[in-house]
Amino acid sequence: MNTRPKLATEPWPIRLLFIGGTLIFLGLFLGLPLATVFASAFSAGRGVYLDSLRDPNTVSAIKLTLLTAAVSVPLNVVFGISAAWAIAKFEFRGKNLLLTLIDLPFAVSPVVSGLIFVLLLGRFTPLGGWLEAHNIKIIFAVPGIILATTFVTFPFVVREILPVMQAQGMDEEQAARVLGASGWQTFWRISLPNIKWGLLYGVILCNARAMGEFGAVSVVSGKILGLTNTLPLQVEAFNDDYNFTGAFAAASLLALLGLVTLAAKSLIEWKTERR
Amino acid sequence: MSITLPQPAIKTNTARRILPGFGLSLGYTVFYLCLLVLIPLSTTFFKAAALSPAKFAAVIADPRTVAAFKLSFGTSALAALFNAFAGLLVAWTLVRYPFPGRRIVDGLVDLPFALPTAVAGICLSAVYAENGWIGSRLYHWQFVHGAFVRGSHFDVSYTPLGIFVALVFIGLPFVVRTVQPVLQDLETDVEEAAASLGAARGQIFFRVLLPTLFPAVLTGWTLAFARALGEYGSVIFISNNVPLKGEIIPKLIMEKLDQYDYAGANAIAVVMLLASFALLLVINILQGWSRKHLGMSGL
Repeated sequence: MNTRPKLATEPWPIRLLFIGGTLIFLGLFLGLPLATVFASAFSAGRGVYLDSLRDPNTVSAIKLTLLTAAVSVPLNVVFGISAAWAIAKFEFRGKNLLLTLIDLPFAVSPVVSGLIFVLLLGRFTPLGGWLEAHNIKIIFAVPGIILATTFVTFPFVVREILPVMQAQGMDEEQAARVLGASGWQTFWRISLPNIKWGLLYGVILCNARAMGEFGAVSVVSGKILGLTNTLPLQVEAFNDDYNFTGAFAAASLLALLGLVTLAAKSLIEWKTERR
Repeated sequence: MSITLPQPAIKTNTARRILPGFGLSLGYTVFYLCLLVLIPLSTTFFKAAALSPAKFAAVIADPRTVAAFKLSFGTSALAALFNAFAGLLVAWTLVRYPFPGRRIVDGLVDLPFALPTAVAGICLSAVYAENGWIGSRLYHWQFVHGAFVRGSHFDVSYTPLGIFVALVFIGLPFVVRTVQPVLQDLETDVEEAAASLGAARGQIFFRVLLPTLFPAVLTGWTLAFARALGEYGSVIFISNNVPLKGEIIPKLIMEKLDQYDYAGANAIAVVMLLASFALLLVINILQGWSRKHLGMSGL
């Protein structure tokens, strides 16, 4: 970039103006809000901060958030690998349609993503009535939260591993098969190691969204304190109670998750020269 | 959002016989897709179709719904427009002007993707509230006849301007990440040729660079607009959420659900879904155009 020809760049005052403008804009819009989380979380001192995190409702929200991610991320990993395998390794009709359908959850508003499950499984529906008669709770309970989270994070893993698998081609797998490896051996020893960085990248993005999802979970959770509140919902609950230290303490954990995600993402991009 | 993936380079007639697992992987993919995505989505459409047209019209034509649609579409379009300019500036600087710490700034651009929306909402609302870092500085100003003068009560948080700020925050990476690769792939020889033929920098920008970048900026605008339209988490913290004034569409759906008005929520959701799908289609067409325009393999 330093070797840009003189004719194709701007004089230094303009460059400086652009760099300054970019830094001020990003500082005000991205840096300042981020700094605010931590400043506000610690504004009443470290003791209060730690007490807020030890609040039983916060603790149960953290547990539920971890549980939700622990179920929905693996579900989407299995789906992602399976879909990428079918799409990258084989030709079939309707492949483009399948790709479009896989992308659908990205286009749907989070609130609508939650609503579709309430309309399918809520107690006033035939299916919901049957579930209630058999004492199975989904909506306003933990399974509903997991379901909605899995829906909103649905495309993440497949979208990251599919391009990697397509770029790899099939020569190595075909060689392994010709040399007598079984299908599963080929998959575990050749295909999976080849996509590991793409898979890790997808898992990180999927996990960040799964732990941070707000709108969809907000619709299906019922927001029962200590029972069906995830960490993002707990931020809202504290905020509504004017317990701002609690809200920012819970938010600081999620902000930390965001920063770790960004760092891991940059590390993988650097490692694999994705850009 | 949708990024069309490149097709595999080799035909796989022979591979089909050699590599196993086609039936299993495609079968499971379609099964999981139907169970988790297609059945719930289509249920929403079937239920909406079962509503009487009169009920449907009553929900959609309700002044509260109309106001929410206007607010959602208006603030989303304006925030995406702001992002089209700001995102172009950021992408331009990051690609063309090396400065210390550029890698970190580049990584920070993805923050709105990585930060949970509730956190974004609570932070922005604090920063722009009347006792916040920016809010307190703006508080003693007011907007009179198009001019900014000293006065009192210029609020950002709990006004539509706050919604705009939140939507700028969540939409920014879409424009930057769409424009950045196009800028990176631009060859310098076109600019050099224009310059050696006597074109000024300004002419080169408006006559050579901007037309090339335009499809990408437009795609970025559409992606940011689509995302902003459905956004819930960051907005509800910074908006006053008052019906007819500060209530966005997703919040209205939420209110209807809280009042057990499932039919009303369903009707509005279907309109939102149709808007989302239309935007998805537009984005796919734009990306195709962008690729053709540049003769390259996409983002």
